[in-house]
Amino acid sequence: MSLIVLDALQAKHGQALDRVESIHGDEIAWVKRDALVAVATWLRDDPTMLFDSPVFVTCIDRIDWHPVGAPPSTWWTEDKPRFEVCYQLRSSTYRYRIRLKVAVPEADPRCPSLATLWPAFNWQERETFDMYGIKFDGHPDLRRIYLYEEFVGYPLRKDYPKEKRQPLVRRDDLPINPIKARQTTSGEER
Amino acid sequence: MAAPTRDVTSLKQLVLGRKDVQDLADTEQELPPDLMTVNMGPSHPAMHGTVRIVLTVDGERIVASDVQPGYLHRCFEKESEHATYTQVFPYTDRLNYVSPMINNCGWAMAVEKLMGLTASIPKRAEYIRVIVSEMSRITDHLTCIGASAMELGAFTAFLYFLKAREWFYELLEKVSGARLTHSYVRVGGVGKDLPDGFHDELTRTLDQTVKVMEEVENMLNNNKIFRDRMAGIGAMTKAEALATGCVGPIARACGVDYDVRKDYPYSIYPEVEFDVPVGTTGDCYDRYLVRIEEMKQSIRILRQCLAQIPDGPVVVDDPRVALPPKRDTYNTIESMIRHFKHIVDGIRVPAGEAYTFVEGGNGELGFYIVSDGTGRPYKAYCRAPSFVHLSTAGQLIHDHFIADVVPIFGMINMIGGECDK
Repeated sequence: MSLIVLDALQAKHGQALDRVESIHGDEIAWVKRDALVAVATWLRDDPTMLFDSPVFVTCIDRIDWHPVGAPPSTWWTEDKPRFEVCYQLRSSTYRYRIRLKVAVPEADPRCPSLATLWPAFNWQERETFDMYGIKFDGHPDLRRIYLYEEFVGYPLRKDYPKEKRQPLVRRDDLPINPIKARQTTSGEER
Repeated sequence: MAAPTRDVTSLKQLVLGRKDVQDLADTEQELPPDLMTVNMGPSHPAMHGTVRIVLTVDGERIVASDVQPGYLHRCFEKESEHATYTQVFPYTDRLNYVSPMINNCGWAMAVEKLMGLTASIPKRAEYIRVIVSEMSRITDHLTCIGASAMELGAFTAFLYFLKAREWFYELLEKVSGARLTHSYVRVGGVGKDLPDGFHDELTRTLDQTVKVMEEVENMLNNNKIFRDRMAGIGAMTKAEALATGCVGPIARACGVDYDVRKDYPYSIYPEVEFDVPVGTTGDCYDRYLVRIEEMKQSIRILRQCLAQIPDGPVVVDDPRVALPPKRDTYNTIESMIRHFKHIVDGIRVPAGEAYTFVEGGNGELGFYIVSDGTGRPYKAYCRAPSFVHLSTAGQLIHDHFIADVVPIFGMINMIGGECDK
């Protein structure tokens, strides 16, 4: 498996990467949080890359990470970042695929938004925010998408119990109107 | 079809169903020229499944909209994290419930990729997977086109297509035992072999379906009402389709030549011959034409598969994933233990992560699994094409009439189960 994209990325943005790996043929680049937008913009616009098609955004919560058979040094500990935000991209011209990963600590769950580069990430980042509580800086419309605004907590985090139930307490102050709703953002602390 | 545009920024906005309603003028007076915000859905005959669209309209013209999915959210990912890899199959059935076999295959392939089993799946199992996948693709497109035609008033086309869909469902029921939620595919192969007489029945069904499609095409293709409602409505350019992540028939209608079966070939698709239809205008009518042509190509694939399918086992002979034969389970203690461990602990998947994608009814359907070496996925993410396509709906219906929401929405083919996960 040739690693064309990873090699090019390392040559061009080596200082912006924490490390690169290739698992089962999937190319993965760990990008520093501050450099994500620059790396992503380069991947989109460079004529040898042309990652014009976004695939998905998701997040991994590593708080329970104790893989079987792996040395304890790879287990999650308090000093390691808890979340990994994953961006999967595709180049329709060259058929490349790459996954960008950004480590996000629990104390500061923020990640730069790529929704302005690829509009598809608008909803997918909203989904990640809804499920994991990652706040995407620069997102044009960061609201919950699957759940209702009154929901407390982030259900796909590992510390949210599967069986947990919570009552729906209606709030009447939420905007229903889309034009108004777009001007207020619920990405603030709740 | 373009409505006269006027400056809407200065107009007052009325919201129905909220406190602002008292601001509405008395019904006996003249209707106010203000913008009005109305709800379409979540429970609306034209909203397949349940989705809510908050529309701000200037008369009949949409000036702003907010599409809100989530009314069918069943926590696919959270439930999957607590289920063994085999127990996830029934959950995947309920993602895109019009083409469950493709979801089954996608999940199985993702687990096999993590286990390094991709190359060792028996040929016959691969052929059976492609056969049931293509049958599912046909049922998916039949439903999409039939339902959309019905919403535009063509009830006959709907009944004809649902009749054809029922033939496929009956056949899939014979294969898997369930009409809708098949759970037929397994990690390492498929659950059981095809039933006796399957070849003849499928051949007969395909012949009948071709006739039904001819009838419906004669009814719809040049039907004035159908074309007026579809052509030029909800058009998208190629660049927009790529940037918004559209895949499948919607992207192909815009001229994006991308089909996972051709671009990243998997299973036995390289061994069969088929074409990928591509549209030019990217409007609803092109999406319809692309889907019709895809069904014809699926029929072509099915006929080749029936001619080429080899004999042999339908599940890989690997004790890590395959259940021992029933005969041994009941008669030897070793097989009994293996069976028990397999069911209770689940298939042990080595730690790692993998993203696998297949061409679903709506496009690239992907599963991203992170495994920590136990029998249950640490994380299971589903890349649902419907969700991505629905995110473009707000942009597609902008500046159209309320009546145009119906064909645009029908051709996006949002499947509630897949979109809301």
